[in-house]
Amino acid sequence: MVTKVAALAETVGVDRQSAEPVISVQSLVHRYEDRTALNGVSFDVRPAELFGLLGPNGSGKTTLFRILSTLMIPTSGRALVMGCDAAQDPSTLRRQIGVVFQAQSIDPKLTAYENLWHQGHLYGLKGSTLKRRVEEILTRVGLADRAKERVETFSGGMQRRIELAKGLLHHPGVLLLDEPTTGLDPGARRDLWQYLQILRDEEHVSVLVTTHLMEEAERCDRLAIMNEGNLVALGTPAELKSEIGGDVILLDAARDADSLAQHIRNRFHVATTVLGNQVRIEQEAGHRFVPDVVEAFPGEIQAISVSKPALEDVFIHRTGHKFWSENPDPDSHVVDKKEKKKRR
Amino acid sequence: MATQAATLARPMTPSSAGVILPAFTLWWREIVRFYRQPGRVIGVLASPLVFWLVLGSGFGNSLRSTDGTQQHYLDYFYPGTLILIVLFTSIFTMMSVIEDRKEGFLLSVLVAPVPRTAIVLGKVLGGTTLSAVQGLIFLIFAPFAGVHLHPVQVLLVAVVVFLVSFSLTALGFAIAWPMDSSQAFHGIVNLFLIPLWLLSGALFSLNGASGWIRAIMNLNPLTYGVEALRRLLYSTQDGTFVLKKDLATLVLFSLVMFGLALLMANRRSTKPAA
Repeated sequence: MVTKVAALAETVGVDRQSAEPVISVQSLVHRYEDRTALNGVSFDVRPAELFGLLGPNGSGKTTLFRILSTLMIPTSGRALVMGCDAAQDPSTLRRQIGVVFQAQSIDPKLTAYENLWHQGHLYGLKGSTLKRRVEEILTRVGLADRAKERVETFSGGMQRRIELAKGLLHHPGVLLLDEPTTGLDPGARRDLWQYLQILRDEEHVSVLVTTHLMEEAERCDRLAIMNEGNLVALGTPAELKSEIGGDVILLDAARDADSLAQHIRNRFHVATTVLGNQVRIEQEAGHRFVPDVVEAFPGEIQAISVSKPALEDVFIHRTGHKFWSENPDPDSHVVDKKEKKKRR
Repeated sequence: MATQAATLARPMTPSSAGVILPAFTLWWREIVRFYRQPGRVIGVLASPLVFWLVLGSGFGNSLRSTDGTQQHYLDYFYPGTLILIVLFTSIFTMMSVIEDRKEGFLLSVLVAPVPRTAIVLGKVLGGTTLSAVQGLIFLIFAPFAGVHLHPVQVLLVAVVVFLVSFSLTALGFAIAWPMDSSQAFHGIVNLFLIPLWLLSGALFSLNGASGWIRAIMNLNPLTYGVEALRRLLYSTQDGTFVLKKDLATLVLFSLVMFGLALLMANRRSTKPAA
């Protein structure tokens, strides 16, 4: 399936295709002691692209993020950033990337300026060059007037902007962000995404961002959708949605969803997916199909909805289950270690 | 090629940060974080004073009465107390390694092009500075222990205090690095912190100890710190030779501990870093 997806992606985005990939992930496998987090994932990120890594918790995206940011060595396969291997040559790679972690990395006891000043030193910037750059980036994220204030007095959105400034201070060509909008209110979320788009357009920074939010994934140029360590889809949001035939129809079964699905298949010869007590059908011109199906099974359908395909439908289409499972299956213990820690 | 194009477009991408600059910045951060937390400052400044008061009024009086004119045991106890203060502060400052890991700061250092040597050096020197300063504050009380120091003596004492602080901070770093909870760190450290101190000659003399205890005391690097301080503070006869041996031992201990810390920090793993 992975190769099929990759082949599909080859045919699109012709204008950028000629350029060398900025990030190249090649058959990446990662196993923890008790489970496989990445099961042979491959994809490329092109220059000046806003690339999203979409997946539910435990899909392997945080593991992939750790490997790309040189924090972990993969079990097998390669991860290259601007031609540098993350496992073989981490120090060269580290110079090329700016990293914004999901967890806060700024120092609350220090001022905004001090946080960035220390960060600059870690990247070999110093003196007046560093001073100028810190002022420039603080202006850029709209916090120049708060430079001398301690970060602990800032709002969540402002702290995120400092995180972003930290990641961008040394002018990286590639910016990696791990669920950067966690804990932000909708306004701050929108601001951050706008800023990522500006970065891509004006400074031609390639951005790789992980997310579990569909509305964020919609804003990416291209997406890799992950599920249980596998890449299940790759392409632009529009392409991915267009592969679903027509509309998505959801039926709430009054009694038994499985038997309802069975009956619908026999009668209309369409593919169905059962999700809990819902039957899901992909059908062109859904509005014409609805009266037929309601008429055919009186009393068996409690509610019905027709919608244009969304990214979540792509996920269901490819995996056969919901993005967020309400009734956790036995596999639901498969959660990122980080998530486990948080819960404790 | 993409690499080339990107470097051309971004002339500011620095080549390498080296060791000194990142180490300096991590050291300075440690100091700033210290004085911005008033509780820690009070602790560091006041604990030598409290030690002194307990030592001076409690021990001092009771021992003076039995002994008459001299303050033998108080004299004996003074270098040991100095080491005790340095020992605790050194090791426990490295709890900041665990905090840095939890707060996420360490992650951003780990993905920066900084050699691990710089990380260890910056953190360890930060902790060393704090505990050595605390030790030297205690030295201000030396005159009350009947010790009047010559500037050269003060300098040599400072060297000993620095070496003891450095080696113990490096030990603390090595213990703290793989840990993810400060409670676990407390547990492990307490396991050998007190024995290390008790068997350093701080409380009772090497000469009075029985065979195997004596062997352990001889192996305990802190023994040489206490001995060196005692020589310096009470300038006993034939001091120079022993002092050189003590200093050499402390330097060796420092190097070994720093090496251990480096070894821990240099492990790149297939497991999550945080």
